[in-house]
Amino acid sequence: MKKKVIIVDYNLGNLFSVKQACDSVGIAATISSDKAEIEDADALILPGVGAFIEAMHNLEQLDLVDAIKNSVAKGKPFFGICLGLQLIFSRSEEFGSGEGLNLIEGVIKKFPATYEDRKIKVPQIAWNTIRSGDQSWETSPLFDMDQDEFMYFVHSYYVEPASESCVLTRTDYEGLDYCSGILQDNIFAVQFHPEKSAQKGISIYKNWATTNNLI
Amino acid sequence: MDIKGPNLVKGIHLEGLRVLGKPADFARYYYEQGADELMFMDVVASLYERNSLHDIISETAKSIFIPITVGGGLRSIADIKAVLRAGADKVCLNTAAINNPQLIKEATRMFGSSTIVVAIEATKESNGNYLAYTDNGREYTGIDVFEWAQKLDEMNVGELVITSVDREGTGEGFDIDLIAKITSLVSMPVIAHGGAGKREHVSSLFTKTNVDAVALGSLLHYQFIKTNESIKSDLEGNTEFLKQKRNFHTFEPSSLLDLKSHLEDSEVACRIIRTYEEESYYS
Repeated sequence: MKKKVIIVDYNLGNLFSVKQACDSVGIAATISSDKAEIEDADALILPGVGAFIEAMHNLEQLDLVDAIKNSVAKGKPFFGICLGLQLIFSRSEEFGSGEGLNLIEGVIKKFPATYEDRKIKVPQIAWNTIRSGDQSWETSPLFDMDQDEFMYFVHSYYVEPASESCVLTRTDYEGLDYCSGILQDNIFAVQFHPEKSAQKGISIYKNWATTNNLI
Repeated sequence: MDIKGPNLVKGIHLEGLRVLGKPADFARYYYEQGADELMFMDVVASLYERNSLHDIISETAKSIFIPITVGGGLRSIADIKAVLRAGADKVCLNTAAINNPQLIKEATRMFGSSTIVVAIEATKESNGNYLAYTDNGREYTGIDVFEWAQKLDEMNVGELVITSVDREGTGEGFDIDLIAKITSLVSMPVIAHGGAGKREHVSSLFTKTNVDAVALGSLLHYQFIKTNESIKSDLEGNTEFLKQKRNFHTFEPSSLLDLKSHLEDSEVACRIIRTYEEESYYS
């Protein structure tokens, strides 16, 4: 039986393409900001583009912070995308930001304007490649992915996890090597947009669903 | 992809539009060939035809999973909202950006810098200066292209598309001087548009300038038409060009796959789809 997946809507970003990606691989996903539905779901997708501070503010206003935390604590599959990856960490250096969902220890940092005397374009709006971090891809949704596959990125901030052990993918942006994907138990999250990364990206949705028995 | 009503069209110097086919057919083909982004430009942008543009965007966004940028005739926050709601990831502004820079500020604040792309239609004057035009290269503004590009950079625009109106649709090659100077002046990603007539034009653009990406029309469209016979069915408008099945002598059309292989051979890094086995991921 198909499991019930909720795409958490907290008024940031284009959820349409995430929903289309789910549809295309047979994930029964519903877009919702309803606390009860989110608590009831078998798995959560947390997408989003924009500011950390605004995102946490919206999640608090909608009273969804505990619902998301509880779902993860119960071991339900969680899939964070872009801002959805950043939100699961402890805090952001973004001006005025408070705590994140604090599911994994780590800090969200802004790309510097220059790195080792090279100018960095911020935000990064580009196709860029991913390669393995400390976590093995074998049991992750990337199990059939080649190293250095291109994914589509749009972001100004990146995560610096407290421990390398959760790092699933790393990406090099103008010489700055950063964590672009994480896997820790039931938490899977990526900084890039699989739903905008053509068939290789869509395969990540499919693999996340199959490895978690959601379809 | 230039859109007029329900059709994909192409002109020269942004004028003299000919019907080439249905946008959905081209979009699907380019997606499967490894396009990194699709850009739809509504070249007529009259109000009553706007609905067919929205239909094209929604249809494309359902099954094509790469970034989609939409431009042409967007003049207000409401216009931008409407195309984003239809499924576009980014919008491309030109005329409205020049006439009302305040719109850029508002749009980047509301939708984020990375959602706002601005296009500059650059024409080289006889004295060597480059001036920005609007409305598909028709309207003179007197604004210096390089000063305008720097202003856009300061306004935190996400990306810049620089179109050489003189080269657009001609196949004579990119205006390398124009592109090189723009990329040296701004810190946002620059996308070059206008002039590609063969693969070598694209590879030399990347080796001679710091440009971030290239937007291609005719070079790929003419190859698509050569290899896809069925697209002519039930098209309306100026289809004489299609029936004649001729290319301009200045073009050596290329498929996207061949072009990307050529770029790789020229040591320009790019994403290449080597097989179609990914198709099996559709359920």
